[in-house]
Amino acid sequence: MPANHTILEMRSITKEFPGVKALSDVSMAVQAGHIHAICGENGAGKSTLMNVLSGVHPAGSYTGDIIFQGEHVQFKDIGSSEAAGIVIIHQELALIPELSITENIFLGNEPTKHGAIDWVTAKRRALELLARVGLEDNPDTQIKHIGVGKQQLVEIAKALSKSVKLLILDEPTAALNEADSQHLLDLIRGLKGKGISSIMISHKLNEIEQVADSITILRDGRTIETLNVKADGVNEDRIIRGMVGRSLESRFPDRTPHIGEVFFEVRNWNVQHPQAAERMVVKNSTITVRRGEIVGLAGLMGAGRTELAMSVFGRSYGNFISGQIFKDGEEIHLRNVSEAIEHGLAYVSEDRKALGLNLIDDIKRSIVSAKLSKISNGQVVSAPMEYELSEAYRKSLRIKTPSVDYGVRKLSGGNQQKVVLAKWMFSDPDLLILDEPTRGIDVGAKYEIYGIIQALAAQGKGVVMISSELPELLGLTDRIYTIFEGAITDCIPTDQADPEALMKSMTSAKKKVQST
Amino acid sequence: MSESTGRAGRVRAGFTDLKHIFGGGQSDVRQFGILFSLIAIIALFQWSTNGLTLSSGNLINLVSQYSYILILAIGMVMVIICGHIDLSVGSIAAFVGIVVAISMNSWHFPWPLAILFGVFVGVVIGAWQGFWVAYIGVPAFIVTLAGMLIFRGGNQVIGNANTVPVPPGFTTIGAGYLPEIGPNTGYNNLTLLLGLAIAVTVVLKEWRAIRVQVSMGSAHAPLWVSIVKVVLLDTVVLFATMLFAGGREGTSFPISGIILGVLVLAYSFITRNTIFGRHVYAVGGNRLAAELSGVKSRRVNFMVMLNMSVLSALAGMIFVARSVASGPQDGIGWELDAIAAVFIGGAAVSGGIGTVTGSIIGGLVMAVLNNGLQLEGVGADKVQIIKGMVLLIAVGVDVWNKSQGRPSIIGFLTRNRNAAAPAPAEPTRKVPRNDPPHPSRPLVPAP
Ligand SMILES: Nc1ncnc2c1ncn2[C@@H]1O[C@H](COP(=O)(O)OP(=O)(O)OP(=O)(O)O)[C@@H](O)[C@H]1O
Ligand SMILES: [Mg+2]
Repeated sequence: MPANHTILEMRSITKEFPGVKALSDVSMAVQAGHIHAICGENGAGKSTLMNVLSGVHPAGSYTGDIIFQGEHVQFKDIGSSEAAGIVIIHQELALIPELSITENIFLGNEPTKHGAIDWVTAKRRALELLARVGLEDNPDTQIKHIGVGKQQLVEIAKALSKSVKLLILDEPTAALNEADSQHLLDLIRGLKGKGISSIMISHKLNEIEQVADSITILRDGRTIETLNVKADGVNEDRIIRGMVGRSLESRFPDRTPHIGEVFFEVRNWNVQHPQAAERMVVKNSTITVRRGEIVGLAGLMGAGRTELAMSVFGRSYGNFISGQIFKDGEEIHLRNVSEAIEHGLAYVSEDRKALGLNLIDDIKRSIVSAKLSKISNGQVVSAPMEYELSEAYRKSLRIKTPSVDYGVRKLSGGNQQKVVLAKWMFSDPDLLILDEPTRGIDVGAKYEIYGIIQALAAQGKGVVMISSELPELLGLTDRIYTIFEGAITDCIPTDQADPEALMKSMTSAKKKVQST
Repeated sequence: MSESTGRAGRVRAGFTDLKHIFGGGQSDVRQFGILFSLIAIIALFQWSTNGLTLSSGNLINLVSQYSYILILAIGMVMVIICGHIDLSVGSIAAFVGIVVAISMNSWHFPWPLAILFGVFVGVVIGAWQGFWVAYIGVPAFIVTLAGMLIFRGGNQVIGNANTVPVPPGFTTIGAGYLPEIGPNTGYNNLTLLLGLAIAVTVVLKEWRAIRVQVSMGSAHAPLWVSIVKVVLLDTVVLFATMLFAGGREGTSFPISGIILGVLVLAYSFITRNTIFGRHVYAVGGNRLAAELSGVKSRRVNFMVMLNMSVLSALAGMIFVARSVASGPQDGIGWELDAIAAVFIGGAAVSGGIGTVTGSIIGGLVMAVLNNGLQLEGVGADKVQIIKGMVLLIAVGVDVWNKSQGRPSIIGFLTRNRNAAAPAPAEPTRKVPRNDPPHPSRPLVPAP
């Protein structure tokens, strides 16, 4: 195949949902053997465009033409687009946790012999595919026992099993740490060498700058421009300008911290794994937070960051073994989540789909759900107050939706994340624990969320921020704890921290922390 | 985008607004559809039975004959929203029925005390089942399957598989009517008053709803929609009032219907407007997320199962009162009628979705169908077949519509209007630096 022919062209795609025009007259073209990026703010229509392409939204539910490998195509479902060689890996992973890697790879596509599944062939092919994506795990391992990074690789192996020509990745690195992301990007680049084109959606613009050959920018459901990375000399600022229509002067709002006394402390905290009693997931950890302070918690995926946060938040993870929590100098006991909320704690989960939201609910009910007492008189919830307050949060967080009566399921990923944030801001916490709060959030909205976090701190609240993105922690926090294998390994004031030293404490048990 | 084209647009808008009369929640569209089906079924039988369906006698009979199933549907919808099922309601009703009958017959409890005693037995049974479901974690399907056997057997052990009669005072709750008072108007005066009160309430409620909508600044229906709505509803209410009040001498609106009405109002309010109601939906929609929002999901599950048993006890007593005796065959198959009503009324098997109003409408569809077919002399065997088909088709049409991305025929009609309604303009983002995202955010001075 010649390198510079067009493998895919989408012409004048228009797609409406009740109440929203998600795409209007969008066109784009992908060159064979290219990595083509799609950028745009939350709710710009990126995922919708890819759903149109892959048949999730079937032909007939949108207008416009799709030309794939020179032919007009009309996919009626995912199966027919896969048959043509287009495979989509969705924003939210779609693997079945209870099944093994092999079973997941061949789900719906099982190799058979005499009408029965041929597990021998399946396993052999699974091993080949895993080798191609650089995964060394046993293919019999259940999905729930491997981390998200590896799960993402399994998704790609699954795509490769279907003789894919065009691979669509919707925010593939959103949930990955840097090392895993890098591995994934290398893999995609490797596939390109083997003639597989990719379309990639990401809010991590540095990655896009790194791997993309061309970039289509969407804004409010319209194509703004298509950039050729090499020819146009594209950099992050250039992409941002396209996305939001102007330049961002800095990534973090200015802030002068006003840090007060220590008001919250977790002391010698020990937690056991909920199933495997011999495994300690949090070991003797001590953390302090001062009023007005933004504290970072840096660690690799699986280091125990989430486990620490959730176990403090009303013992919602694992088996509590020992440890104390002090707030305003007094010991408090948080035996369940409602006690934690009453004592002014809030925890924004990293997994919004499973733990953060009730997807069949609407926006206003979701926003008020963690503190119904705030809008109710005794047991009775006040509908006008619910509407008013949720509307205020919709405005201040710029949740893109026709109204707060809209179902959260219908929101774009980033806007769902904003609803989760709104929900916990609504609970008026004294200590806000944020677990990867900017995952899947566009640059502009990130800036706003940073602003909100800083504003909460300026009101004298404490913030604990867990993030896999070191630049984010370095730009936003006042102090950073590093955690490795469940134990706090270091505590560094951010102005003295550098990425390398942090990385080192995140990957090895180091000196004992002197809590300051 | 232009405003919807003139009159047609406004009519469609009216449809959308009309939908809002019939309950909130995610399934209101569905309830609208099922309400139309109910009206269609009534009209069909009214025609085919030559007006017998909407006669005083039949209507009064219909209410007293099905009120206990509808009471079960109220509890069942909450169980189903929570993601469970309860198969034991018929057996619990029978068990409580026999216990209450014996308490009056053998232990000479006065009937008001016997009713309290029945409710108490319901609470105990509910706590028992709730304990297994909520605190041990046995699926409700299993717990209540066991309960179905245990309490059916219990009924037969306690009653020696005999029929036990109940005294006259007690029968009021199942077979009683609003008493005759005041001047002889040829109608039952209390029923007239009740109907009038409901009609006035409808007007007041609508007026309040408009005021709230205006004060919230949310989009509200044009006035004519409200007027049409109120006139329609009040016509139905007053028409029904005349029928109920004009029955055979000594009959009027059944007491069991009043009990049902009070329960419907109370539970609609609880599920829609209270914290507990919210928690029921939250646990059914996503238990883990609910728990992380501070919902005590075990307690919610416990309460929902307990409540179901209490309502079963009530239904059992009303049935016993109506049939003037408690027997070993009471309540057989009730759980299925109640479950069918809930699903016809728009609840989802996976939990999190459903409304009390919807379930009542679903239950009425089943009741009218049953009653109409009986009036036509169709045998019980064929009635079952028809009921089964109706359940399957009602839920099937709904699921199919959803998978096609259109909620219902009405939803389809109103879709254009929705799409054309201008979404609130999202201001293009200004330079964030000058644009504090949170209004109440104290401005942080620059260094
Ligand atoms: N099933 C749906 N029903 C109704 N509206 C929808 C549906 N799916 C998407 N939308 C709307 O379409 C718009 C575009 O959403 P989309 O998911 O494509 O955004 P996105 O660019 O992928 O954003 P993000 O970066 O947050 O993932 C949003 O306003 C969203 O609310
Ligand atoms: Mg998306």
